[in-house]
This record gives sequence, structure tokens and C-alpha cells, in this order.
Amino acid sequence: MRKRPVGFTLVAVYVLLIVLAVIYIFPFLVQVATSFKTEPEAASNPLALIPTTWTTAAYKTLFANSDFPLWFRNSFIVTVVVTLGRVFFNSLAGYALARLQFRGRGVVNALVIAVMAVPGVVLLIPKFLVINQLGIYDSFAGMIIPLLADAAGVFIMKNFFESIPASVEEQARIDGAGTFRTFWSIVLPMATPALMTLVILSFQGSWNELNHFIVSTQSPSLTTLTKGVAQLASGQLSQGTQYPLKLAAAALMTVPVAIVFFIFQRRIMNTTSGAVKG
Amino acid sequence: MFKRSGIRNDTTAGWLFVSPVLVILGLFLFIPVIMAAWVSVSDWSGRGSPFSAGVNFIGAKNFSDLLVGQGLTQQDFGTAMRNNVYYVLLVVPLQTALSLWLAVMVNQAALKGKGFFRTAFYFPSVTSSVAITVLWLFLFSATGVVNKVLSYFSLNGPNWFQDPRGVLHIILQSFGVQPATGGARILGISGWEWFAGPSVAMSAFIIMAIFTTSGTFMLLFLAALQQLDGEVSEAASMDGAGAWSKFWFVTLPMVRPTLFTVITLGLIGTWQVFDQIYTGTQGGPSKTTLTPAYLSYQAAFQDQQWGQGSAIAFILFAIIVVMTIIQRSVSRERDVKPIKAAKKEVGS
Repeated sequence: MRKRPVGFTLVAVYVLLIVLAVIYIFPFLVQVATSFKTEPEAASNPLALIPTTWTTAAYKTLFANSDFPLWFRNSFIVTVVVTLGRVFFNSLAGYALARLQFRGRGVVNALVIAVMAVPGVVLLIPKFLVINQLGIYDSFAGMIIPLLADAAGVFIMKNFFESIPASVEEQARIDGAGTFRTFWSIVLPMATPALMTLVILSFQGSWNELNHFIVSTQSPSLTTLTKGVAQLASGQLSQGTQYPLKLAAAALMTVPVAIVFFIFQRRIMNTTSGAVKG
Repeated sequence: MFKRSGIRNDTTAGWLFVSPVLVILGLFLFIPVIMAAWVSVSDWSGRGSPFSAGVNFIGAKNFSDLLVGQGLTQQDFGTAMRNNVYYVLLVVPLQTALSLWLAVMVNQAALKGKGFFRTAFYFPSVTSSVAITVLWLFLFSATGVVNKVLSYFSLNGPNWFQDPRGVLHIILQSFGVQPATGGARILGISGWEWFAGPSVAMSAFIIMAIFTTSGTFMLLFLAALQQLDGEVSEAASMDGAGAWSKFWFVTLPMVRPTLFTVITLGLIGTWQVFDQIYTGTQGGPSKTTLTPAYLSYQAAFQDQQWGQGSAIAFILFAIIVVMTIIQRSVSRERDVKPIKAAKKEVGS
């Protein structure tokens, strides 16, 4: 087979990729633009990226005349506590499964794997049953505690601890440091890359979580962003289309995960560290 | 590797370290499944404890109502199954193909602006399903962006999320095929209804799923592609392999393990469609976006049919487990030999 001229193929690839990138990005630009449009304009001129009449009415309504700030606060509390909890508990368990010699380790390991295979939506009803039975339904405890550990996170940490040499901590142990001290002041600082991964995943996961909050709460004062905006979208709280308002709410709830994404972009996108030069 | 200083026993520390995770996972994952198993064979109505004296064991009735009941319950379940089957059949192959294609394109050595393209394709994956659904409701509304773009091509877009017509039905009827009546019913649904295809509303969700997941899977494929030695594919180019044959004979065999991972994750994910339906359509129009996951929620939390809801959840669980097992065994049979051989070649 003969080689085709490199230039032509490359141009074609660029054109294709740019068209696709536009398709991927454009919806988000339209979203932001529409949130500054009036409602009639949102319907009559959905494509325009610059509103003919700018209005911040949607944002004013969200902040002054809706529960949006409360939803934001609730999501924030849950996300911070869940992320801290997951980082701590998952790394503890991951370390034990990777390094500590104890009877029953194999069983625990198998259990964690088994749990990972249980699909989330199947647990909707069961989780409600237990939360209700424990008397933590409709409380922050019920929203937070069930999310405090996740099997996938334990696995990420376990794999990471297995990949680093044990010699350093062995030395600390010989010097007489206790297991927890060795873990806390020697092993954990070495695990920063894996911890960052865990922070990103936990933050994104709990900020975007919806179905757990549907089954664990009912009072409006505990509504999170996902639940609140979902109700807003399905028209349970309003009349009319209200696209600028809904899109403003959806855009605002995306901001925190977008910030985390752009800060840690390199870590997220760098699929194999060191494999790509330049 | 390293020598252990004597035989260590960390029993206390070990159990202490894993206990928080064990308690949480046990309490909110393991016990719930057991409780739901009981509820699925009981007539619990949601009042009081499911273990109280007034709750009776009713055997497999909840399951038989769904599978062979000949009632509205069975019809709804059948409809939800049909909807989800089309969703899986379309989303899994399309998202897998698109994400692999994106990864191969973005991985090209000569390409500039790789970072930009990766960010663009990945960004939809970080947003929540709720936010994306809200955006989709707008994009695909009667006066939305999609229909506006279609109008430039003199096409009249449908009112997507209000349109219950099956896509296959639309195609068949445009060829003059008349709706068939009667015939055998499977899960309470007639043959003609089974062949409806995804409704126009469901199609919008299918496009959304492909849009949001292709970025994540692209990253998985990228990781696999970058682990291959660049030399292998360069050598292939030197040998005069064209782009297509290089993809088919060099790239594809090497990313095969990732390919199977992506398909498995896709199969597991596409059977769990819930957030989008809860946010967007609540199963409508005419139940054509109803999915088993949403039906299970609706039965329990809205209609107080907790036994039925749990039964649906267990059937869904079984489907996902069976899918995963079939997929795994297929991949194992096909996979082991070529991959080992390929790895040896790469390693040498």
C-alpha cells in the first residue's frame, strides 16, 4: 500500500475534530447565553450566543426568590464532609488491605469487590428501608453517613499502596512507630497523587449525587442542588417553560465541578503520567 | 522485594483500619439488599417496619405479577423493559465506537492542540446528569437549538420530549407498513409494540448518553493507547500499513482489554437509567421513557407498592449480573491468547 499525502489527511482530521469540538462545547455556551436572555428571546432565538437584551432576571430570581442558596449550602456541606470522610476511611482501609497482615483480610477484600458489583439504582428502595429503620431519615446524618465510604475508592488506595515500595515504612516500624503513626505521618504523605484522585472523584460524585438524596430526605430544608434543580426542571415548583431560570440554575450548579476539573485538569486528563512528553 | 522483620501480626490494627468502611458498606449496601429481598416477597405497604407483625409473606407474587401477571403491572414492566433494551442496544455500541474513535484521533502524534480537544470532549462528563438533562430539555424543546438548526436544512424537527412515536414505527410506516394488531404478547406487550424502537423522546436521551459518556471512555482508551509503545505503530507505518489496516490489525487488538471494560461498564450503566428520567420526563410521553429503574422507584415511593418496587429492582440486578457474566466469559474466550501474544511482541 502506498502512503497517502500526510498533509491532506491531517487537514481532514482537524476539520472533523474541530466540528466535533464545537458540537461538544456549543451547548454549554448556549446554556450560559440563554440564562441572560428574556424568556421570549430564549424561545424565538435559541441559537444566539449574545442576547439582544441582556437581563440578569434569572439569577435575581434564583438568589432572591428561591431556595437556591439553601440548596447550594446543603450540597456544599454534604460534599465537603463526604469528601473528607471518603479520603480518610478509604485510605485507612486501602492501607490495611494492601499492607497489614491480619486474619480475615482475604474475606474483607472479597467483600469489597462483591459490593462494588452491586448497581446503585438497585439500592434505592433498600437504602431507604435501612435509613428509615435507623431513624436517620430526613437528616444530614442520613444524607452523609451512607456515602462516607465507597468500595471503588478503597480499591484505588489499595492499588496505590501496593505500588509503592514498603521499605520506608518498614524502617519506621523498626524504629518503633505505631501502625497508625506510620500510616498517618509516613505513608499518607507519600500517597498524595492517589489522594488527589480520590478527592476529585469524591467531590464530583457527591456534588452530582441525586438518587441517594431522593430516598434519604423529603423536607425542603434538606434539598440539595441536584434534587432542587431536578424538581425545578420537572416543573414541580413553577409554571411555564422558564428556560433562562432553569439553565441559570444548571449552569451555577456546574461551576464548582468545573472549577475542580480545570484545577486538576492535568491530573484527570493525564492518563499515564510521564508517558507523554512535552 | 523486601524482608519482613519477623512475623508481624497486625490483627487489631488491621480490623480497626477496615472497620469504618466495613460498617458503612455493610449497613448501607449489604443489609439493605437482605431487607429488600424480604420486602420483595412481602405485602409491606410502607407503613411501620417491614418486620412488624402485620406484614405477610406472599411468596413470589410480586415477581409473578410482573413477569406473567397479564395486568397493567406487567404491561408497564414490559414497556419499561422494551424502552431500556433499545436504549442499551443503541447507546453501548455507539458510545464505544465514538470514544475509541475520539481516542485514536486525539492520540495522533502529529496533532496539535491535543489538550484542547481532550478537554472539549471530556467536559460533558464532569457535569451532573441533572444539569445536563436540564440543558437537553432546552436544546430539544419544540423551539430549541436542535430544531432551529434542523430548520436551516428545511427540516421540521419534532417536539422531541413530547413525542411518543417509536422511531422504527415511523420508518416502517413511511414505507407503508400498517400497524399489526394481535399476535403473541411478550411481557404484556404486542409484537408490533416491541418493534416500536425507541420513541423520539427516548432518542433524545440516547443522544445525551452518548454525548456525556464518550469523554470518560475516551480517556480509558487513551490510557490504553499510550501504554502501547509508540514504536509498534510507527513500525507498522514504516511497513506501509495504511491508517485503516493499522487501526484494525495493530491498535484494536492491543486495546481489546479496554474495549471489553468499556462495553461492560456501558452495559452496567445503561441498565440504570434513572436521574435523567426523574429530572426530565418522569417516564412520559405515553410511558415511552419509562425504565425499570424509574419504574421501581415509582412503584415504591409514589404508589406505595414496595414489594413490587423491590421485585423490579431484583430483576434489574439479575439482568445486570447476567449481562456482566456473559460479557466476561465471551471476552475471556476470545481474549486470552491474542493479548498474551501481543504483549510478548510489545515487550520484546
